[in-house]
Amino acid sequence: MGLLSDPNRRRALISLLTRLNAPICVVCYMAGVAWFMGLAFEPFTLRTYMSENAMGSTMVEERFPAGERALGTGREFSAHKKKAGGMPVDWLVKTMQSRGLEVFTQRFSRRLPFPDEDKERYMVKGTNVYGILRAPRAPRTEALVLSAPCSPGDDNNQAVGVLLGLAQYFRNQVFWAKDIIFLVNEHDLIGMQAWLEGYHHTNTTGMDWSPLQGRGGSIQAALSLELSSDVVTSLDLVLEGLNGQLPNLDLANLFYAFCQKIGVLCTTQGKLQRNDWDSVSGYSHAVQTMMLMVMKQASGRPWGDHGLFLRYHIEAATIKGINSFRQYKTDATTIGRLLEGMYRKLNNLLERLHQSYFFYLMPSLSHFVSIGYYMPAFGLLALILLLRALDLWIQLATPPPGVLSVLTPLVISHLTGVALYTLPIHFQEIAVEHFPVSETEAVVLTAIAVYTAGLALPHNTHRLLTGRGTENGWKVLKLVAVLYLAVLLGCTALINFSLGFILALTLVPVAAFVTPDLCSATPACTLLFSVFLFQELQEMPVSFLDGWMLYLSVISQGILDHALYGSLVYPLVALLVYPCWLLFWNILFWK
Amino acid sequence: MAAPLTLLLLVAVTVRAALYRSSLADLISERVEVVSPLTAWKRVVEGLALLDLGVSPYSGDVFHETPLIIYLFHFLVDYAEITFMLADVITAVALYLSVKDYNKQVFRKQKYALEADRYPLDCLELIRSPKEMQYIPLKVAMFYLLNPFTILSCVAKSTCGLNNAVIALFVLSTIKGNVLLSAIFLSLATYQSIYPLTLCAAALLYLLQRQYIPVNLRRFSFWWFVAQYAFMYLGSLFVIVGLSFFLLGSWDFLPSVYGFILSVPDLTPNIGLFWYFFAEMFEHFRLFFLCVFQINVFFYTVPLSIKLKEHPVFLIFMQLAVISIFKSYPTVGDIAASFIKHHKASSASSLNIFLVSCVLLACSALFPVLWHLWIYAGSANSNFYYAITLLFNVAQILLVSDYFYAFLRREHHLSHGLYLKRKDGSEATLVLK
Repeated sequence: MGLLSDPNRRRALISLLTRLNAPICVVCYMAGVAWFMGLAFEPFTLRTYMSENAMGSTMVEERFPAGERALGTGREFSAHKKKAGGMPVDWLVKTMQSRGLEVFTQRFSRRLPFPDEDKERYMVKGTNVYGILRAPRAPRTEALVLSAPCSPGDDNNQAVGVLLGLAQYFRNQVFWAKDIIFLVNEHDLIGMQAWLEGYHHTNTTGMDWSPLQGRGGSIQAALSLELSSDVVTSLDLVLEGLNGQLPNLDLANLFYAFCQKIGVLCTTQGKLQRNDWDSVSGYSHAVQTMMLMVMKQASGRPWGDHGLFLRYHIEAATIKGINSFRQYKTDATTIGRLLEGMYRKLNNLLERLHQSYFFYLMPSLSHFVSIGYYMPAFGLLALILLLRALDLWIQLATPPPGVLSVLTPLVISHLTGVALYTLPIHFQEIAVEHFPVSETEAVVLTAIAVYTAGLALPHNTHRLLTGRGTENGWKVLKLVAVLYLAVLLGCTALINFSLGFILALTLVPVAAFVTPDLCSATPACTLLFSVFLFQELQEMPVSFLDGWMLYLSVISQGILDHALYGSLVYPLVALLVYPCWLLFWNILFWK
Repeated sequence: MAAPLTLLLLVAVTVRAALYRSSLADLISERVEVVSPLTAWKRVVEGLALLDLGVSPYSGDVFHETPLIIYLFHFLVDYAEITFMLADVITAVALYLSVKDYNKQVFRKQKYALEADRYPLDCLELIRSPKEMQYIPLKVAMFYLLNPFTILSCVAKSTCGLNNAVIALFVLSTIKGNVLLSAIFLSLATYQSIYPLTLCAAALLYLLQRQYIPVNLRRFSFWWFVAQYAFMYLGSLFVIVGLSFFLLGSWDFLPSVYGFILSVPDLTPNIGLFWYFFAEMFEHFRLFFLCVFQINVFFYTVPLSIKLKEHPVFLIFMQLAVISIFKSYPTVGDIAASFIKHHKASSASSLNIFLVSCVLLACSALFPVLWHLWIYAGSANSNFYYAITLLFNVAQILLVSDYFYAFLRREHHLSHGLYLKRKDGSEATLVLK
């Protein structure tokens, strides 16, 4: 430790830190943002490549012939769905059985904590139907899953048709070494959660489901198919799962490799890759793709039915068929061949996908940025907090006058956080009685009310604070708050990098430069801004009023996701980020 | 000072009792950072069950604590929570009394040295006054009791708490000058985990100092005292081992307890340094590296004793810290015991200590995160977790060396003056080489 124990060098270092603290912080922030933006620049990214040897070298000719028949089955499914007014369980069971699968059903029901206005449901009851194709040659220890959601209306009929077509085709092949489970789930994510919980004998979300009568082995990989038209122009790959978890990059590589082989246009985030990376518009296209992925990952919700598999250590992705205005169209037979090829490669796996990266960002489907390249951007932002903490420690010189004086704001902030977490759902009945609002609006408005009430606290808790009026009092509080924020953001960035980075981007400048009297932004503003940015990136910009409604629905969806699937964003923000930020708010109003 | 201490004890007991009744207790007792294969309560319960069935508790590779513990809990298993809370209370009270007594001795020595004019005139600000040291014993007790590591260790019912209590009683009896009790408690601590053996040297140095026997290898009185202490220590150790043999009826606790500690067969990840290395190692070299790692704990005794022979109490705390870093199955309870330092850090090194404490805090927060990412999400692997373990241990080592440096610096200033001058009168600075 020569640098820190040699008094001369130490004194020089300390004086440098205290003199230039603010400029160094600003430089670090700019550097962090610039690094992040530079990640999308193509020379700084790596081309994707297959890491898993077992999926490398098969020379297979895909021969799936029955695309038209699959579409016909899809139309039958649609007719029966309309007749049954939901999932046509009997027809599906009969069809799957006629294709030679072992068919089972699972019933589930769930009462949401408050009505979901986006999907218009409150009391959800449904049935999942799944058929197992037993592996003819191997012991039945592993399984693969192909799923298609049963959506209300005209959506995803073709997906179920292709699923059944593939089932019939696969039944005639003799080389399958893993059981293949063909799953049609009702009520998308809720049904999928019920099925996964039943399969793995866990019950983390309090749902009611009937036990699964039939089971395959441990699931190695899963694909979810969403196809709503007879022909598609491109296939979109959705990777983001619950809590920002991503599948192994090899799954994306597999999809890309097959799209190249068969000649289908493939996209990610709905954006087609461009070749002109050195032009401004090409670069901004890549940045938009990457920012879309960051925003989707930060939201912590699963963006396809595959999102819930990841929690069980099963690599999964969703393939969406997109029909836009292009000349070259792909028909169902080609899609079937693509899926056949992917499943044959997955069939060769000897162990779970683990060779490639689990933490990455994709500015396009053929390029990726791994954790070693994107973490320094976050590290630079966290460095600002550390520099600030060091500066405060040196200024305070003597040991902190009383860590107890910090205790009161800490306790009050955390109690407010607990209130923000528990009150909205518990008080919705009382709110509905007294105010002319629906339950969903009641929950969201209660959350906003508690949030705003927390903002008013510092004015009133001054009387309880010891050490008020002292110059050093707020510095001690700021030191504790800055360290708390640094540790919190670090842990968040490890679990969900995008969430950690976005929070850091907005909270770190506030935290570093807050003193009594300087104005600050709030996490609520972060969320509002992110909603508008997300809509812009998707090229569907919204007016302010629409944006505000979207913002309210985002809050309610966040609370619902936590109750239904165990998403961590809402508890994290309510119980940890919000109290931490309230400490800074306290400093702002320190008298 | 009894009132604040009692209040502190009440608060500590309330916090622990509240946590026992909550749902967190089960969660905490499964965390690998808090319990190890040596100290886990689940294994004690297994051992008790085997004992009730009439089978030796050491059959199967489950139970690795000493026989006296299992017989203690044979009678106290219904009051286990109270036992562990009592152990923490005893530790805190023992530390409180020992620090108070030690402070008295320090003041007495300071008074004599001031009267004998042994301190240079400009370092009077370094002399400790009774007023500033008045709250140190309470602070030490508070630091131990309200330390999150200690609370976690107590709520998980890890037998490390009992080990800490015995070591605290050893420290108390040594400082009070009671040779017999010191030897007995040290042998109890050694009996439970081998590593407190290194505290023998520190205890000997202190007791010799207290009895005014100079540490001179040629004098008979020195060897006579060493022989007495060794006889008491080894004698009580043999008595305890023999008692275990008679209670248990066989010798199979020796390989299960001591063999387990020394040969490290269980490689469950913990916050120590052993598991990753030995998981990667070839069988051929295992014995060699085992010896190297184990010698590391005992090795620092000799140089530290030579350097710190005037300050044996500080030596005890240094040794405790070294043991908790390098032992084969450390847990956060050991770390808590090693953090007991009752010296006020001088301002020169407070920046170092602040940085290192920040690193320790960040690492403690990152342990559960990376464990989750490795075991549950499957996105990370053991390298991530071991990186944090390494960082944690490095931070601890830096903390220990910073305290050591601050201590040495203070001693140097006390004997050579605060503002150092070279021979020609220009200002000099103190550099650690």
